[in-house]
Amino acid sequence: MADVYPFSAIVGQTALKRALMMAAVDPAIGGVLVFGDRGTGKSTAVRALAGLLPPIRVVRGCPFHCDPQKPSACGSDCERRDASGHATYTDVISTPVVDLPLGATEDRVVGALDLEHALTRGEKRFEPGLLARANRGFLYIDEINLLEDNLVDLLLDVAASGENLVEREGLSVRHPSRFVLVGSGNPEEGELRPQLLDRFGLSVEVRTPTVLAERVEVIKRRAAFDHDPAAFVETWAEEQARLSRLLVTASQVVSQLPVPDSTLEASARLCIAIGSDGLRGELTLMRAARAAAALEGADEVRLSHVRDVAPMALGHRMRRDPLDEGGSTARIERAMLEVFDA
Amino acid sequence: MTSAVAPDPEALWTDADLIAALLSVDPAGLGGVAVRSGFGAVRERWLGLLRARLPGHAPVVRIPIHVGEDRLLGGLDLTASLSQGRPVAQGGLLAACHGGVGVLAMAERLDVTASALIASTLDQGAVLAQRDGLTLREVTSFGLVALDEGADETERPPEGLMDRLAFHLDLSGLSHRDVAAANFTPEAVETARRIYPSVAKVDDDLIDAVCEAAALVGVSSARSCLLALRVARVHAALSGRLTATAEDASVAGRLVLAPRAKHAMAERAPQGQQTEPNEEASHEPQPPSSGETSETASPPDLDETAARDLAAEMIVAAVRAALPDAFKLVDPSGRASAASISRSRGGGAAVKSALRGRPLGSRPGRLKPGARLDLLDTLRAAAPWQKLRAAGEDAGRLRIRKDDFRIRRYVQRAELTTILVVDASGSTAFQRLAEAKGAVEPLLAQAYVARARVALIAFHHGEASLLLPPTRSLTRAKRLLADLPGGGGTPFASAIDLSLAVAVAEKSKQRTPMLVFLTDGRANIDRAGQPGRQAADRDALAAAKRVAQYGVRALFIDTSPRPQAGADRFAQAMRGSYASLPFVQSDRLADLVAREGRAVMS
Repeated sequence: MADVYPFSAIVGQTALKRALMMAAVDPAIGGVLVFGDRGTGKSTAVRALAGLLPPIRVVRGCPFHCDPQKPSACGSDCERRDASGHATYTDVISTPVVDLPLGATEDRVVGALDLEHALTRGEKRFEPGLLARANRGFLYIDEINLLEDNLVDLLLDVAASGENLVEREGLSVRHPSRFVLVGSGNPEEGELRPQLLDRFGLSVEVRTPTVLAERVEVIKRRAAFDHDPAAFVETWAEEQARLSRLLVTASQVVSQLPVPDSTLEASARLCIAIGSDGLRGELTLMRAARAAAALEGADEVRLSHVRDVAPMALGHRMRRDPLDEGGSTARIERAMLEVFDA
Repeated sequence: MTSAVAPDPEALWTDADLIAALLSVDPAGLGGVAVRSGFGAVRERWLGLLRARLPGHAPVVRIPIHVGEDRLLGGLDLTASLSQGRPVAQGGLLAACHGGVGVLAMAERLDVTASALIASTLDQGAVLAQRDGLTLREVTSFGLVALDEGADETERPPEGLMDRLAFHLDLSGLSHRDVAAANFTPEAVETARRIYPSVAKVDDDLIDAVCEAAALVGVSSARSCLLALRVARVHAALSGRLTATAEDASVAGRLVLAPRAKHAMAERAPQGQQTEPNEEASHEPQPPSSGETSETASPPDLDETAARDLAAEMIVAAVRAALPDAFKLVDPSGRASAASISRSRGGGAAVKSALRGRPLGSRPGRLKPGARLDLLDTLRAAAPWQKLRAAGEDAGRLRIRKDDFRIRRYVQRAELTTILVVDASGSTAFQRLAEAKGAVEPLLAQAYVARARVALIAFHHGEASLLLPPTRSLTRAKRLLADLPGGGGTPFASAIDLSLAVAVAEKSKQRTPMLVFLTDGRANIDRAGQPGRQAADRDALAAAKRVAQYGVRALFIDTSPRPQAGADRFAQAMRGSYASLPFVQSDRLADLVAREGRAVMS
């Protein structure tokens, strides 16, 4: 597990890479769901994202990675603060990208009573779980469709509220747990419950590249990486750094990016046209378009940005006919033609 | 396997021998091998070869099929945890495989979760788990030998696992008489192991050639190409070369790509249709290399292109040579499959037990026989009270009371597989067939919501064929159904046999099958494939009785416009339910099936 395949060296998979970067730019977009064929590099891309994310400053020793610039949110050990409410000791860590392994048990995910402490000292102490470690970062679940339903429900609930409530073994703990949930899976092995689909901000479908040249390039780069990982990472370092900077700049400007009324109106019409339920779709579409604009370095959110992100922001929200083969993307494209070009 | 052309046993054994040598050079790098073969001397001999060639210290760990997640990944060491008063981890089987191979028995019955766990361990070269109050992180790299005793092409280890294993070896056609001497000594393998790290990276032209060959034979997974490239390098090492040549790549093509191409073809062209089974591979090797590739490749000088094309041609030729000419998925008459019932497990429902299935946390409970104590949660429950309970007694002992007990709960994942058997014969008029198709659609939509599996069997033209093995991919089911042509005789008995074979296979995977027949029940082709109403009817009734014997739930939906007296005799023979389509609206049909489904599961 020494070297991770660099994000910048991933061939093709534009939509997937874009969705992940958008989610990093604006965590409020609310997670990415990646579904696709075997061996298309779903997990490679998600794991590679870690190398792109900027480091964050945290309160030293805080298991929840509390932000030193903000008042303590976790109510644990991180309250040594100066008069202005800033923490006195801080550390810089890389943005956590936490892997939730298949078969993880509930106690490890939400946290549980620290057994050793309880037995030796007779004190109740909370031992934080994966949800604590993922705070201010990413939580990645490979094969999300194989995860126990109760765990999926729990994770989506925490992801939406940003807070983990633990009520077990006489413990009553709440701690911040804001993370971007990334799930991936292979639909052949079972689909995610339709009710859960729209809890994800974006959804991307990855396919095996159909162009031979692209496929060959995938293999060549992978073979080169396998042969000498360090040298390969070095080759891509510059491009990696460029993407990293792009991400940082975009995160800084994204909240100030103006959204013209015309863009707002057009996206509302699109949502109505495809009959996506609820406000969530519209909000996500707007946020996603804004993140896309920020990544592009645009000075405002234009219709073209909405167009680009609409399939991934809305595709999984439409009233779905499971037997419709045309796929949701085609329906959205059609709707966009009608709404935008009329 | 029931391929039409029996492979040459001598060549097959030579390849098997070669695979054992290649794999033992770098088990972890090549992922491993799926060995299709029944239990017996051939398989044991092959495993013996592999074992002898692995380094002396390399572990060979047997992984039983129903191994729990705790044993697979590792977990809490009970005695050590109790004696030390803190959670102590215990390594699992996958960690024990480190540096050697894991031998997974009956891999065709592995469930997807266990398969995903093994696959992610292979991918990451480490066991990573969060369970039992422990964070497990143990480096392990090994090759997997998946022993596959599947009875037919539909029964094989999970695709997610197959994709990661370089070799798919089929020994089922070999008898112990075919087993010849070994071509590689352990010393030769040892030498190859030593020089393998110095074998150069495969050059770009050869990579192009391998990818091209893979695309031509319809293998699309990127992993397959990478594995083929690795096999080429290992083969070079085994031949004492430091550079992989086109010849090495051809061997890799034959061993890695050909079995995948075969399977991909079977998937794409389900039998029972008159399509050319391997049209993609059957065209001449020359045109693709000269025509299509020159567009995609950048224009290199001519010599180089020619050399690469030659390599690609060699590989494609090697792959093609390894593919049988006429290739069929399942014996379309269903007779072979029906016969396989007796080979697979006996009848009756799968034994259910509260101790199996997936863990679902633990709850307070009583320690009655059969209950499994969740030690960790029990200790957690008891821990806060220790001070209080110790008052007045001697300290240093854990005090655990009845109400601390936490009992593990498991969910038996009762999954339903609906096996649709659609009569598309001439007796079912076209309009009725369309109605039957329409009736099935809401049913598929419902299966999607319930996340159930669906299999599709159709019978027409005197044949019953499995159009779609049990799957959750409903779009495929719909497409196949829509394209289903009608006409010909009604081999109802074969259809029942085939559906029962599928149902029994599903049972062995711990799923609950349910048969739904959409037919008018007017059989006119008997089991032997001969026309004749009486014999056909007799055979169909006999087949229907076997459904009852195996305890498989069945729903018989009569599609004839005017149901005749005694039309429900098949349903009775199957001890199933009967409904007549004219009186059942298609949306009500879905309700009907759902009700049956619930009845089955309860």
